[in-house]
Amino acid sequence: MRTTTFCEALNEATVQEMARDDRVFVYGIGVPDHKKIFGSTEHILERFGPTRCVDTPISEDCMTGFGLGAAINGLRPIHIHIRVDFLLLAMNQLANMVSSFSYGSAGRMQVPMVIRAVVGRGWGQGYQHSKTMHSAFAHIPGLKVVAPTTVADAKGLLVSAIRDDNPVLVLEHRWLYWQQGNLPDGDYTVRIGEPNVIRKGSDITIIATSWMNVEAVRAAEILARRGVQVEIVDPRTLAPLEDEMLVASVEKTGHCIVADNDWSYCGFGAEVAARIAEKCFGRLKSPVTRIGFAHVPCPTSRHLENEFYPNAVQLIRAVEAKLGLSPTDLGGENFYSHENRFKGPF
Amino acid sequence: MKANPPSTRADLNVDLYRTLYLIRSAEAGIRKYYHEDGMKTPMHMSMGEEAIVAGVCKALGSDSQVYGSYRSHALYLTKTGDTDGFFAEMYGKITGPARGKAGSMHMSSPVQGLMCCAAVVASTIPLAVGTAFANKARSTGRLTAVFFGDGAMDAGVFWESLNSACVMRLPVAFVCEDNDLAVHTPRRQRQGYASAASVASQFDCAVFESDSTDVEEIHRVATQAANEMRNSGRPAFLRLKWYRYLEHVGINEDFDAGYRSKDEYLQWLKVDPIALQREKLLREAWIEAGKLAEFERGVDQQVERSIQSAKAAPYSQKSELFEGLFG
Repeated sequence: MRTTTFCEALNEATVQEMARDDRVFVYGIGVPDHKKIFGSTEHILERFGPTRCVDTPISEDCMTGFGLGAAINGLRPIHIHIRVDFLLLAMNQLANMVSSFSYGSAGRMQVPMVIRAVVGRGWGQGYQHSKTMHSAFAHIPGLKVVAPTTVADAKGLLVSAIRDDNPVLVLEHRWLYWQQGNLPDGDYTVRIGEPNVIRKGSDITIIATSWMNVEAVRAAEILARRGVQVEIVDPRTLAPLEDEMLVASVEKTGHCIVADNDWSYCGFGAEVAARIAEKCFGRLKSPVTRIGFAHVPCPTSRHLENEFYPNAVQLIRAVEAKLGLSPTDLGGENFYSHENRFKGPF
Repeated sequence: MKANPPSTRADLNVDLYRTLYLIRSAEAGIRKYYHEDGMKTPMHMSMGEEAIVAGVCKALGSDSQVYGSYRSHALYLTKTGDTDGFFAEMYGKITGPARGKAGSMHMSSPVQGLMCCAAVVASTIPLAVGTAFANKARSTGRLTAVFFGDGAMDAGVFWESLNSACVMRLPVAFVCEDNDLAVHTPRRQRQGYASAASVASQFDCAVFESDSTDVEEIHRVATQAANEMRNSGRPAFLRLKWYRYLEHVGINEDFDAGYRSKDEYLQWLKVDPIALQREKLLREAWIEAGKLAEFERGVDQQVERSIQSAKAAPYSQKSELFEGLFG
């Protein structure tokens, strides 16, 4: 067990798998350049050369089909997008080609490809540099969608994605890149599909995705001081969703807040809320509450951006409302501020 | 239908005719039985384009990997010769290569090199580039080709793919099957340039053009392209002309629709690729008339048998619905 960062864990997973399997290669816009996708592609060009660390034209649509064509012909591509928003140019390939390829071949072909995409936020990223879109991707049958939260998840899920014989989208929140955490040594994997109980508790369940787990942990710490025990469950894999652990937690606590790092409307949070409502109906002590992005494009100006994103304060207030508690005095509390550590530009 | 590599011009031409005739006969079978509504799949017929597919595939070699569009019949039959699987897939039966999940628009046979066909124009073009990249990385020596209509050149992903293949120097052939139509819209209403080949020639690739419907001529041009790809490692762009005999989708003529004239069709019919090749074989005495007729009867019977066995074959179990989403 070591302490490292989310970004270094992504890098370690990639280097390890490229050393282990010479069919694996990384490619995408700027992947080998000096910025190295925020550092996550460090050492790869130097160690594996330009044929396995490939810069590409700004042609996301073509380059997604390119990955598919390589994946069905003996290679295991990892396509990297520095913003999820850019991946939308490849929606035809994702929804019409990649996702249906195995099914349409009746199992004669497999598509071992990974698409990594970074979810931006803050410091004025605005409405075309900050989308998550994981609900939209998870909606398409034939794509696996994972959103690692912890440092261990970053390595374990990426390694599993690279070894998977199916297309896996790995959506990485930019703010998580700096997070420090423990990383188990050796050949560490996280099984795609397996959720993670981030914090144990008995009074209420928060099912959170990606960055919202950080907000949920902060909310739980503050609420714990007045004796409220919050359980936090991170699905980690959004598609295909294994809901047993989520259901078991809500059956125990009787209360559920779904805190999704995406728009709520028609979102992954709605899917989770529906499943909890269906499977925990008799045991719910309150209706399932959904928390997510405001249903507008993400504005650039900071004061509006603050309104757009849900946060720990909102979670605390939602917990209090469900449990019939008076509002906690948050006057002296410190909450995460991106600007305390990041001055831009990207 | 798999023949040994042809050793003489006669062998080559007979071999090419075998492919042309098989495609034409199979599609005649579709036209004969489609009205029964057993083949519930949108048919984009290959009639008129057979020489392009047969000539190019032969030139690139049987180990080449190819991609196509929804106009898939010629490509599937050329690469596989498999009329049983072909008709089983058309009838949606479990005996089809994709167990009925693909139908006419998504035919494939990866083992024989037909990697996939797609129903959205231009969508297979980048796959060919990636497949060529993998072949280069793995030093397989295999060539890749993608067949698409001139309508696909209106799509951004065509230009992205041509550009990417050129900058990455990949041995992939972009084969434009130019029939001047995107569904019903003629080229002059869609393309803001005079010549696809001259635009393509501005890229770092080898460009070839032919308006011929003579399969031997197309084979000759495609052989040049194959040699160029092998020698220089650069991509090739081929613009090859054909005339679509039938409607965009469906098995009927549509000269009454007003967007093109039957006279034009009759002019093209004079150089029909199958008739042209048949005449050539007899004129050059590369095959006896009796043997040729016997071969044609054999193919027609094979097609009829395949149709009847497809009709008789079972559908998959309903549980098949959930099979194969992930591999």
